[in-house]
Amino acid sequence: MTNLENAQMDMLAGKVKMTQQSVNTAMNPSDALDRPIRLTARDVTVHYGAKQALHGISIDIPDRAVTSFIGPSGCGKSTFLRCINRMNDTIEGAKVGGTIKLDGEDVYDPNLDVVELRARIGMVFQKPNPFPKSIYENVAYGPRIHGLARNKADLDEIVISSLRKAGLFEEVKDRLGEAGTGLSGGQQQRLCIARAIAVGPEVILMDEPCSALDPIATAIIEELIDELRENYTIVIVTHSMQQAARVSQKTAFFHLGNLIEEGVTEDIFTNPVNKQTQDYIMGRIG
Amino acid sequence: MRSGSPEQNYHRFYSARNDVEIAVNALLMFCSAVAILTTVGIVLSLVFEAIRFFSFINPADFFFGTVWSPKFSSTTTNDHGQYGLLPLLTGTLWVATIASLVAVPIGLMTAIYLSQYAPRNVRAVIKPIIEILAGIPTIVYGFFALVTVGPFLKGAGALVGLDISATSALTAGLVMGVMIIPFISSLSDDILNQVPLAMRDGSYGLGATQSETIRKVLLPSALPGIVGAFLLAVSRAIGETMIVVLAAGNSPVLRGTPLEPISTITVSIVNQLTGDTDFTGPQSLVAFALGLTLFIMTLLLNIAALYIVRRFREQYE
Amino acid sequence: MTDLLGTGRKAANERTQLVRAGLRRRHRNEQAFRILGIVAICCALGFVALLFTDVLRKGIPAFHQATLHLDVTYDPTLLNVDPVPERTAGQSDADFNAARLAWQRSVAMLNWNKVVEAALRTVTPAGLEIDSRQLLTIPETNARHVIREAFVANPNLLGRTRSFDLLASANVDNWVKGNIDRELGDAQQQMPAQARALVDGWVADGTITQDFAWGLFTNVDSRAAPASAGLAGAFMGSLYMMLVVIVLAVPIGVASAIYLEEFAPKSRLTDLIEVNINNLAAVPSIVFGLLGAAVFINFFHLPRSAPLVGGLVLTLMTLPTIIIATRAALQGVSPALRQAALGLGASKTQMVFHHVLPVTFPSILTATIIGVAQALGETAPLLLIGMNAFVASVPGSIVDQATALPVQIFLWQGNENRNFFEARTSAAIMVLLGLMILLNAVAIFLRTRLERRA
Ligand SMILES: Nc1ncnc2c1ncn2[C@@H]1O[C@H](COP(=O)(O)OP(=O)(O)OP(=O)(O)O)[C@@H](O)[C@H]1O
Ligand SMILES: [Mg+2]
Repeated sequence: MTNLENAQMDMLAGKVKMTQQSVNTAMNPSDALDRPIRLTARDVTVHYGAKQALHGISIDIPDRAVTSFIGPSGCGKSTFLRCINRMNDTIEGAKVGGTIKLDGEDVYDPNLDVVELRARIGMVFQKPNPFPKSIYENVAYGPRIHGLARNKADLDEIVISSLRKAGLFEEVKDRLGEAGTGLSGGQQQRLCIARAIAVGPEVILMDEPCSALDPIATAIIEELIDELRENYTIVIVTHSMQQAARVSQKTAFFHLGNLIEEGVTEDIFTNPVNKQTQDYIMGRIG
Repeated sequence: MRSGSPEQNYHRFYSARNDVEIAVNALLMFCSAVAILTTVGIVLSLVFEAIRFFSFINPADFFFGTVWSPKFSSTTTNDHGQYGLLPLLTGTLWVATIASLVAVPIGLMTAIYLSQYAPRNVRAVIKPIIEILAGIPTIVYGFFALVTVGPFLKGAGALVGLDISATSALTAGLVMGVMIIPFISSLSDDILNQVPLAMRDGSYGLGATQSETIRKVLLPSALPGIVGAFLLAVSRAIGETMIVVLAAGNSPVLRGTPLEPISTITVSIVNQLTGDTDFTGPQSLVAFALGLTLFIMTLLLNIAALYIVRRFREQYE
Repeated sequence: MTDLLGTGRKAANERTQLVRAGLRRRHRNEQAFRILGIVAICCALGFVALLFTDVLRKGIPAFHQATLHLDVTYDPTLLNVDPVPERTAGQSDADFNAARLAWQRSVAMLNWNKVVEAALRTVTPAGLEIDSRQLLTIPETNARHVIREAFVANPNLLGRTRSFDLLASANVDNWVKGNIDRELGDAQQQMPAQARALVDGWVADGTITQDFAWGLFTNVDSRAAPASAGLAGAFMGSLYMMLVVIVLAVPIGVASAIYLEEFAPKSRLTDLIEVNINNLAAVPSIVFGLLGAAVFINFFHLPRSAPLVGGLVLTLMTLPTIIIATRAALQGVSPALRQAALGLGASKTQMVFHHVLPVTFPSILTATIIGVAQALGETAPLLLIGMNAFVASVPGSIVDQATALPVQIFLWQGNENRNFFEARTSAAIMVLLGLMILLNAVAIFLRTRLERRA
């Protein structure tokens, strides 16, 4: 048997296993971490034109914990993440199937306004992308468009406490009027986190938030994520297994558009069930 | 072991080849010098003839004069008439301003719609149609302004009790605005497409609607580039000749309103230089002083525009 | 004070309510913005449509023109002329030509108007009183030349009758096409009452019909006979200029692009040339006219109003377009091709001319055609080098006096006979736009064809 056929066999096996698992989790109101479930995805598929990028993903995401998605490049982690706050709507030719529910409410319900959804599910991107505005205006952007502040004092408070929560306030408090693009990479990423927090989201999605940062900035962000966990449901995509192990409580392993294995982070890293997961963790795939 | 002939052949072959290389190189270099020579020719001829003009007329009277009335019969007296630039300059600015007021909103909104909202196939059809506007000869616009737009504006003005002249800064500016719509829309389109997608995603991710994203993130990010496009379009409007020759009314008087006939720098160049060629009096030489003014104005605008656009591109590289 | 960023269920719900409250307004703004975009596009498209329909509406009628169908009799009593000289034995060429010229001169001296009038009288109804001056305003003034030329070409016509299709005058054309208010009093009419009645009768009986205006294409400009004014001279002038542009701008433009892109060392100087070319592309066209007037005419004493000078000016204007487009095409050639050529031992020159240039040929061709189309429509610089002079002949070479299509449009739009020339100008615009569209279509066609083969 060739390697390729091997992989395909494994994949099929993984998929069968997945369905069993999802049946199991569906019966439990809370998952292995013993936490209430915030987001549930069932049989989520994504097509980019003719190309299928996700093949039926089903997963539960626990409240006030960090869930990490790992897997080799191109396996569909970002694609799945972008399904959760419907960012795929902005991509021409992207078609999403299956259901995703936030607190039991269907995210793809035509009656649900995507504006409202994205106010509840914030997002932080791979590369820090502050707007070419001042630090203050960057953070104030979300509250302004959503009309969350009744007056300037409210807005000031939102901006300051968001910057605080993002651990950036002390560093920038004297230069709130300066351009956000003038900050260092790590500061920019924290600014983007503050920008997301300022809208008061319940869930925060982070797509490789540290991949453009140096180790020190990465450590700061990881610490921050650990703090935010107390108040927010966080989903993070990462290429670093160490990072997943450090910051997340739950881990899901994706491969070639399939969810191969998911579970408590410790279990996944110490005792993976699936051979592909083993291979990936040992550095043999990807 | 030394048999000279193959080596010599080799040598001869390659030195002949080298000669060809050198000759080709020289020829090509000469050709690219033509562009430089053109610029040098423009600058020298404008400066040289303008200096001759300023030997008749005091530069201060030219640049700050408020009356334009050249006298054509210069043989009998020494009175050459007055050559004040200001009436022409204000006329030029009136037309350019009105043209911008027409072209900037239409061009910019067109670019926004085509680059952000329109499906690909709609864009593929509409973009070239709008670009036709830039390819139509200006004499055609001039004629259209003169026989159709002017009388229409006059009639429309009469309806609301406004006294609008059929040939006026308004007529010429309006039609010129149409002409420069594609300059603004194509350049803005390019520039909007250069704003990184990450910027857009950041805004959508926070729950902004598309128009909020465009107005509050995309446009501010693209602003320098759009300003560059605007400057290029203004430079085009200032140097445009045939529309104003036909439709601006040829009345070199300082005006406070665009509803009356005016004249522009380009119109006066045409008026002063057609028919006459011996370039002896200030009557024809003034065309070069006007040309020099025009050249410097458009050059500054272009340099500023190219500089701003280049800075904008570097910002996102 | 409530915690604005509270993470509890209650705070979250409050925020959601706030977001929801603004949704309707925000979606309305979104709609409005979108509609604004559509309105802008409609404005731009509307202008294109308006301009083209206006030109077409005005210009199409000018392609048909009131034409008189007359039987003209070469009556010997009106044409008192010697027989055409025959060549006698032993007569030298010079003598024979001189005799012939003398005869032609005597023919030209005859009163051909009488012949025209006689022909008109044969179709005039018996009861209608009209004096000869009024009668002769009906055909265009060139009618007598047409009839005379036919006689010079064929002297045997003396005593015979031949039918002619003669252009009616511009006023008749206006009257027939209904461009003139029929209710106006005699004082405001261009034609006397009898002539108007006569013309109406002739339209009814088919003596005057509206025929295709071939003269628009075959005739030169004319002031004395406006109805016969045509574009032949201007077309040839434009053609000569375009030839000059193609012969000069293409090789020079392509050569300098090749030099800058392939040979020139990257230096201050090449940077300067680059900036210079970009700026040259944006110099107002009228400034090139000033350059032409000062340098080509005043300094080098090239002839005024000549397609040569016009072509030179347009060449300098077109050069930056061609250089920029060719450089872009050269930049698009894959480095692999260059390396392959050099690897085979080709010299740099061979690499460029045998391998790189052929690949870029479609782009260069397209750029050239588009540059030429632009030059074809340019007017302003030509006014400064005397190409707006009235020229009543087809230029025979690039140094003859000539005008150009866009300049002809400029001249015609200024004609006092507005009624007639507005349509004729629009027709000329249609011809010019037609040529430009044709050129662009050819460019697109060639590019798609050549690119498919490449
Ligand atoms: N906009 C798109 N159009 C078409 N295909 C896409 C698009 N975005 C992603 N894909 C494809 O979908 C698959 C999954 O992509 P995705 O970006 O989700 O991978 P990923 O796991 O995030 O990879 P990485 O770790 O490199 O970020 C890939 O094969 C990719 O090529
Ligand atoms: Mg990704």
